[in-house]
Amino acid sequence: MKKLFTLSLLLLVLVGAFSVAAQDSVTLTIESWRNDDLAIWEDVIIPAFEAQHPEIHVVFSPTAPTEYNAALNTKLEAGTAGDLITCRPFDASLQLFLDGHLASLNDLPGMENFSDVAKSAWITDDGSDAFCVPMASVIHGFLYNSSIFEELGLTEPATEEEFLALLQTVKDNGSYDPLAMGTADQWESATMGFQNIGPNYWAGEEGRLGLIDGTAKYNEGGFLAAFEALARWQPFMPNGYQALTYADAQNLFAFGQAAVYPAGSWDIGYFENSGIDFELGAFAPPPPAGADTCYISDHTDIAMGMNSASPNAEAARTFLEWMTSQEFAEMYTNQLPGFFTLSNHDISVEDPIAGEFLSWRGQCETTIRSSYQILSRGEPNNETELWGQSAQLLNGDVTAQEAADTIQSGLEQWYEPQMAQ
Amino acid sequence: MVREEAQSLSKNTALQKSKKSFPVHILVFLAPAVIIYTLFMIIPLLGSLGLGFFTQNESGAVVFAGLDNYIRLLTDPLWSPRVWGALRNNVIFFIVHMCVQNPIGLFLAALISSQLISHRAATIYRSLIFTPTVLSVVLVGFIWRLLLSPVWGVADDLLAAIGVQSQPWLGLETTALPVLSLISVWQWVGIPMMLFLAALMGIPDEIVEAARVDGATAWSVFWRIKFPLILPTVGIVGVLTFVGNFNAFDLIYTTQTALAGPNFSTDILGTLFYRTFFGFQLQLGNDYMGAAVAGIMFVIIATGVLFYLFGWQRRILKMDIQL
Repeated sequence: MKKLFTLSLLLLVLVGAFSVAAQDSVTLTIESWRNDDLAIWEDVIIPAFEAQHPEIHVVFSPTAPTEYNAALNTKLEAGTAGDLITCRPFDASLQLFLDGHLASLNDLPGMENFSDVAKSAWITDDGSDAFCVPMASVIHGFLYNSSIFEELGLTEPATEEEFLALLQTVKDNGSYDPLAMGTADQWESATMGFQNIGPNYWAGEEGRLGLIDGTAKYNEGGFLAAFEALARWQPFMPNGYQALTYADAQNLFAFGQAAVYPAGSWDIGYFENSGIDFELGAFAPPPPAGADTCYISDHTDIAMGMNSASPNAEAARTFLEWMTSQEFAEMYTNQLPGFFTLSNHDISVEDPIAGEFLSWRGQCETTIRSSYQILSRGEPNNETELWGQSAQLLNGDVTAQEAADTIQSGLEQWYEPQMAQ
Repeated sequence: MVREEAQSLSKNTALQKSKKSFPVHILVFLAPAVIIYTLFMIIPLLGSLGLGFFTQNESGAVVFAGLDNYIRLLTDPLWSPRVWGALRNNVIFFIVHMCVQNPIGLFLAALISSQLISHRAATIYRSLIFTPTVLSVVLVGFIWRLLLSPVWGVADDLLAAIGVQSQPWLGLETTALPVLSLISVWQWVGIPMMLFLAALMGIPDEIVEAARVDGATAWSVFWRIKFPLILPTVGIVGVLTFVGNFNAFDLIYTTQTALAGPNFSTDILGTLFYRTFFGFQLQLGNDYMGAAVAGIMFVIIATGVLFYLFGWQRRILKMDIQL
């Protein structure tokens, strides 16, 4: 009985202490779809922030990725959403801003640490309002199995010709598959294929912005050349690749059965944690011979914005400002190898392969995936069409010209700057 | 026959009696089902059908669109190839089930209920064949993807042994849909088997024995006596297959993703609905067009069920009465 009494007294004191504490500190809640990163936020990122701002308490509250958009919309409508909102790139977040759910961050100190390309995914079409702090991008390139390279006497290719010759050598040897890639899930064909090597052919931003203002077309020039380059991969695909999924391709490479893996930087973490028994190597998408500039896809993927209805706006802005700092950039990039900060800070990356990917930013011009900004707003959806046509191209069901024509005509059906004049 | 007449006579008198005093207990018994079914099925169904008649204009306002969504779905060069393609694939999916699953189910049921195998073996086979139906579709899809995988699947070796050449079965436009239909048949064949088995068990032994005494072979006993007697079950199995197939979604979604590749060759109404309503990757969902796709599915399924109720079940009932 006495024990119970002491216990309840203790509880009462605790509750009292807590409510006093709650009065002079602010609690910020972060909405996110990255439940994979929960531990990193709770153990590393938030404690680092709270050490500098003891008056602000931060809670990371993720939702399942597939439910995130719907759940967030419902919460925002009902006024129960958190103070900080993790932003999907482009239209999903733009819609939230236009509906008045996200606050404009133009005057946030630290926004000058981000380039225009970095901000392009979270800005109004006319560029007048930025509404999320860019967090991270993913970079495309190729991973390779250095044991196989050593065994067959191969070196990292510098041009497309060398790349194809390398694949031919692996194929002639016959022990390994040259490329670890399948077309069953369709998105790899477009994302790891077309968007990976494409910027070298359409000159990165120049080509991408050309599509948006109507001066470039998918079925001519650099974009057509990119489809033709992708079609040259076909002889080097593994046996039965039409039925291989993304996971199959990952396994094929992880088991040491394939020489080269067309990658997104997020794959680095997967391979390093899957216990592969060879050393990973990486090379940037090799440009065609004679090109003097190389281009890479450095795709804006994740950002953070502020709920415009947040009662703790001041604290939320403090947190966002901290997210523009060198400290956050360094921490985020190193905790999640393969997700790279979008800021201009000069940071050191501990993971050697991730560091290799990041070093290409200094050597090559960067761009984002061609279909993400504006062009996937209509019907037919540009991104979905790119998946389908790239997969069919690799399957040998259509030629490069046919694939390019299909995509161009899809765009011409609804996108005014591309409509036949 | 006489007994049946007596029964129906007594039913009639019971009805006449109940007309006199209002049968409150019937309402009480009906209420839970009617209320729950209305709240959770009928109202949402009507709401969904209603949604299909609206659309969102450029300024974001929701306006009445009449049949516009349906006309667009069926005639617009953007939508119609997907809708007709999904319908075509759905019909193929259904035909494979009707021509493969149900005959095999009937055959297995006939075999298990026959004297050809021991009672013990019959029990074992019955359980084994029924097992896949209790597995999760996600699991079935995953297992078959592995079996058929061109890299580490076992299917290629097994097929090579009987002289069939290795193929990326789920990756080719020509083979993906038939193979998926057969996977679905493999999973669900236990259901028609059980229904047929129950019906076959229900046939009185005297009739079969009488036929045997008259010199009928096993073949003619089955086709002349047993099969006509289980016709109502044949109808039920047919309509269950129809409804199940035109509502199908999960197997295609788990093995081929919502894009139903390659090149939409396995796209059925369920996956088309999913992509339209919930959106896909960068494509935002469109509630109104999605509801219209669901409306088309509803019309197809309702037509099939009504055809069954009035075209099949009534005739069978009439045959029963004539018997």
